[in-house]
Amino acid sequence: MEGRALLERLSWQFGEVVAIQGETAQARSITLAVPAWKGHQPGQHIDIRLTAEDGYQAERSYSIASPPQESQRLTLTIERIDDGEVSPYLVDELHIGDKLELRGPIGGYFVWEARMGGPLLLIAGGSGIVPLMAMIRHRAAVASTIPTRLLYSSRTFENIIYRDELERLVKSSNQLAVTHTLTRAQPSEWTGYRRRIDIEMLREVAWPPDQHPQIFICGPTPFVETAAASLVTLEYEPGHIKTERFGPTGGGV
Amino acid sequence: MSEGFFSRGFRGRRQPDELSARIPPGQYLERGFPVLSAGPTQHTPTASWDFSLLGEVDQPKKWSWDEFQALSHETITKDIHCVTKWSKLDTHWEGVSVDTLLEQVEYDADYVVAFCDGGYTTNLPIDDVRDGKAWVVYAYDGQPLEPQHGGPVRLLVPHLYFWKSAKWVRGLRLVDQDEPGFWESLGYHNHGDPWKEERYWND
Repeated sequence: MEGRALLERLSWQFGEVVAIQGETAQARSITLAVPAWKGHQPGQHIDIRLTAEDGYQAERSYSIASPPQESQRLTLTIERIDDGEVSPYLVDELHIGDKLELRGPIGGYFVWEARMGGPLLLIAGGSGIVPLMAMIRHRAAVASTIPTRLLYSSRTFENIIYRDELERLVKSSNQLAVTHTLTRAQPSEWTGYRRRIDIEMLREVAWPPDQHPQIFICGPTPFVETAAASLVTLEYEPGHIKTERFGPTGGGV
Repeated sequence: MSEGFFSRGFRGRRQPDELSARIPPGQYLERGFPVLSAGPTQHTPTASWDFSLLGEVDQPKKWSWDEFQALSHETITKDIHCVTKWSKLDTHWEGVSVDTLLEQVEYDADYVVAFCDGGYTTNLPIDDVRDGKAWVVYAYDGQPLEPQHGGPVRLLVPHLYFWKSAKWVRGLRLVDQDEPGFWESLGYHNHGDPWKEERYWND
């Protein structure tokens, strides 16, 4: 993104819901047409603002799931937080044709583009996959062959967001490997990991430290703390480990 | 921009007036204590920790952990506001006022840059850290500050968005010219007043 574009104020603008896709029982993807969108980098997020009929407003931030290559379109994947104020509305209520106020893109650190090189190590817990998926989709859209490994922790098989698309991308693109771990329950024929992420799993899955991977970790706070601390212990460079945490307690993935 | 616009079917969750008066625009009330850091949590043993005042001071000053603990300290109860939208009310801290530190040096500077283990920096006008507005804190809710939340010691500048309250802080560099810090260089507002919703560049 150009520095100049960043110097302009991020104005509120409208996006119109043009597609909705269920991802899991708790999460769905919402695609917005945003005519004035000036582009973003994979990993960035936007602010959403909802306004009730009496003028009451609520704002939240959501990661962008789509790559910048889909111009004037943004896809968000939102997981319902049952006692949340905003996510139940976005997951259960919003229809095609509705408008959403948004502004962005926001965040210039937790970003990766193909020109930044690799190898790339992505570590996702639950809906922490979303900003990493923007990176994976961008990588595919520009036909990058940068070696990329994703380690993705979910509670159950059914909770894996983008499961089919990830499988397709692994088959169709060079140098992309996806490793799943399921922490709560596994299908009987499951051959992948069956536990929470730990130092042994990272040692087995990650690029060795001497290959200096660029590392992005996103998930609930305890998940990110475990992954980042383990990688520091394994002597990855702390300055190459970029993190995004969400939720006060999280857990489960 | 949106005269008359509302989000069909959205009702929202209002807070009682006495609470909502304390929550800045665009923020929501959080009862937990979320953790947001751009990289791995730093773990600095207190034995190798110190705190410095550097830059435009006649004599740079450095306190060891024990020296810092011996400074007069305060308990602080403040509301805090994170740019990621959560606000938390009546948080309890213990630490040393930045005024107490600045009293011990002769200085001539308009800005400070807080610097931290892990390389994080954040910039502030000196007037935003003087006169009872900022502290260097080592306890939260009566307990030593956990590394996840910036321990052993973080800056506390509760009247600005919480990224200004730098975790793992090791000192303040006093400077004549403003120098944007980490998030301030990456699209976030240079000042960060939550009541003016100074979230991003040019807000």
